[in-house]
Amino acid sequence: MSDQDKEFVLSISGVNKTFGGLQALSDINLEIEKGKTHAIIGPNGAGKSTLLNTCIGLLKPDNGAINFGGRDLTKGMTPHAINQAGISRVFQTPQIFPELSILQNVMIPAFAKRDGAFTFNPFKALRNEKQIQDEAMALLEDLGMAEGAQHHAGNLSRGNKRRLELAMCLIQHPKLLLLDEPTAGMARHDTNRTIELLKKIKESGMTKVIIEHDMHVVFSLADRISVLAQGAIIAEGTPDEIKGHPKVREAYLGSAEI
Amino acid sequence: MQTIIPSTRTRDLATLVLFTLFVLTAPLWGNLIGAGYPDLLQKFAIFGLFAIGYNILFGLTGYLSFGHAAFLGVGSYVAVWSFKLLSMNAIPAVIFAVLFSGVFALIIGFLSLRRTGIYFSILTLAFAQMSYNLAYSVLTPITNGETGLRVLRDDPRVIDNALGIVQQGSPLGDFFGITLTGYAGFYFCAVLLILGFWLSLKIFRSPFGMKLMAIKSNQTRMEYTGFNPRPYLLTAFVISGMYAGLAGSLMAIVDPLAGAERMQWTASGEVVLMTILGGVGTLFGPIIGAATIKYFENIFSAINDQVLENTFAFMPDWLGSLMVTITGPFVGEGWHLTLGVLFMAIIIFMPGGLMEGFRRMTSWANKVDADSIKAAENAEGDAK
Repeated sequence: MSDQDKEFVLSISGVNKTFGGLQALSDINLEIEKGKTHAIIGPNGAGKSTLLNTCIGLLKPDNGAINFGGRDLTKGMTPHAINQAGISRVFQTPQIFPELSILQNVMIPAFAKRDGAFTFNPFKALRNEKQIQDEAMALLEDLGMAEGAQHHAGNLSRGNKRRLELAMCLIQHPKLLLLDEPTAGMARHDTNRTIELLKKIKESGMTKVIIEHDMHVVFSLADRISVLAQGAIIAEGTPDEIKGHPKVREAYLGSAEI
Repeated sequence: MQTIIPSTRTRDLATLVLFTLFVLTAPLWGNLIGAGYPDLLQKFAIFGLFAIGYNILFGLTGYLSFGHAAFLGVGSYVAVWSFKLLSMNAIPAVIFAVLFSGVFALIIGFLSLRRTGIYFSILTLAFAQMSYNLAYSVLTPITNGETGLRVLRDDPRVIDNALGIVQQGSPLGDFFGITLTGYAGFYFCAVLLILGFWLSLKIFRSPFGMKLMAIKSNQTRMEYTGFNPRPYLLTAFVISGMYAGLAGSLMAIVDPLAGAERMQWTASGEVVLMTILGGVGTLFGPIIGAATIKYFENIFSAINDQVLENTFAFMPDWLGSLMVTITGPFVGEGWHLTLGVLFMAIIIFMPGGLMEGFRRMTSWANKVDADSIKAAENAEGDAK
């Protein structure tokens, strides 16, 4: 397939970001192909999370452009507008609604998808929102979380909170899903389950960007890998290309086994 | 483990019916606790409405406003102006008060909601104190300053005059011919309290209400989930401001005058206390909190040393006078001390307010029930 045939969901071009004197991102150019899983790896402090944060409006890059669906995300787009445009994100520390039930946690993003950034409907009863409730329940069932869906989400284990957050993103059927270490803090068994789930999502054609430390996860999922070190992309390619890349071994993997 | 089970239509309806019965029979049960007179029952209803509305902002979104008395004051002034210019009928007074306080809340809310947390609280406090001081000074032509705004016999009252309604004696609020004093006044407030409670129940059970709770739970997540929290917060702020305006208008309806002291920060603080005392974010908590505070205010402030001496008269003289000395500071003028002690005790032992107390009591009762059933079953098993 030639480059012209590829369709890109997200194009990051010439993005720089400094924190004080620290160059967190330097001249990042990255294109995320539609329907593919793109992994970003790199040592701690390489700027992986910073890069994701610039994509959701949490951080504003010093210069450069991030193009998503014909719009530049760096040009005054608020976080909720970016989400409404079709980007959902799983955070590194799970961001859920601890005081609400697990089911309600999943229903909220479904409402955002259906009703937009603001709707005023105080006279509509929540219990009449059958469609959204059923959709949320079905998704929770897929994730094996349907049992006890009425419980407070705050009581969940860390691994389950991550899974819940993933459900909250999936119910929005985003055009682009950003995952920041989706398996961190999970037991091996849960990690494998999450990999299976993410593979299933891949079959549905959802585009994903995934930051991960766990090489097992990266090589089971990624179609393409970009390696970030000290704020710059030092290598990009298919998993096989990256495995043998000398620069990558030197900068990041060191003596680690792949 | 805590669970959130969606309420059913039947249960909500039952809640509303029980609440209605409870409110309408207030003169009966009020007698049992020494509160069976219209002045106090009116206060229960008016401050109950104030607190229900306040709870929609504070209870659902977690935004602590320290300026809601401003809306109470606006409601009162607008109601009195409606009496002066239009009619002594309570309906236009209520409608205009709610509308004006809504607009006022829109402006203050729009500005204050640029900030969150403590800064939001301070902004609302500043706006309310500003309104209070303005009412006392430059706005004297509208508010009549320190004297307070009152209804006069020779006010224009365009609608009343056109209809040929003439006031005999000093003008009083009325509802199509029924003078709203005493129990008539109470029932007027009670009907609006029931309406206000119903509306609050609707909001609690709606997707809108759930989104407000989600903002309280994790506002950052809301933003990255595609919601714009600000219009939600502003809507909640305006709704609660309108409730406050309604409460303010009712104060003016049962007693047609309005003064700036209604806007003072202590009045804003009182509604915060009521909500916390009863239980923040619960349906009934704010009403229970409001009634508790108003009850204590009336009962304890009415007790003086003479009453205490009579109470302790059965004791030997020296013990009696000692008891009077000890309890004296807690009653009469010092009733705030009693309230303070009560408030501290509740916050320390039951952070969820009186509603948490009730919940604990029922779950304890259920446990005792379950235990006794289990014990009975065991005994049965043993017998076999």
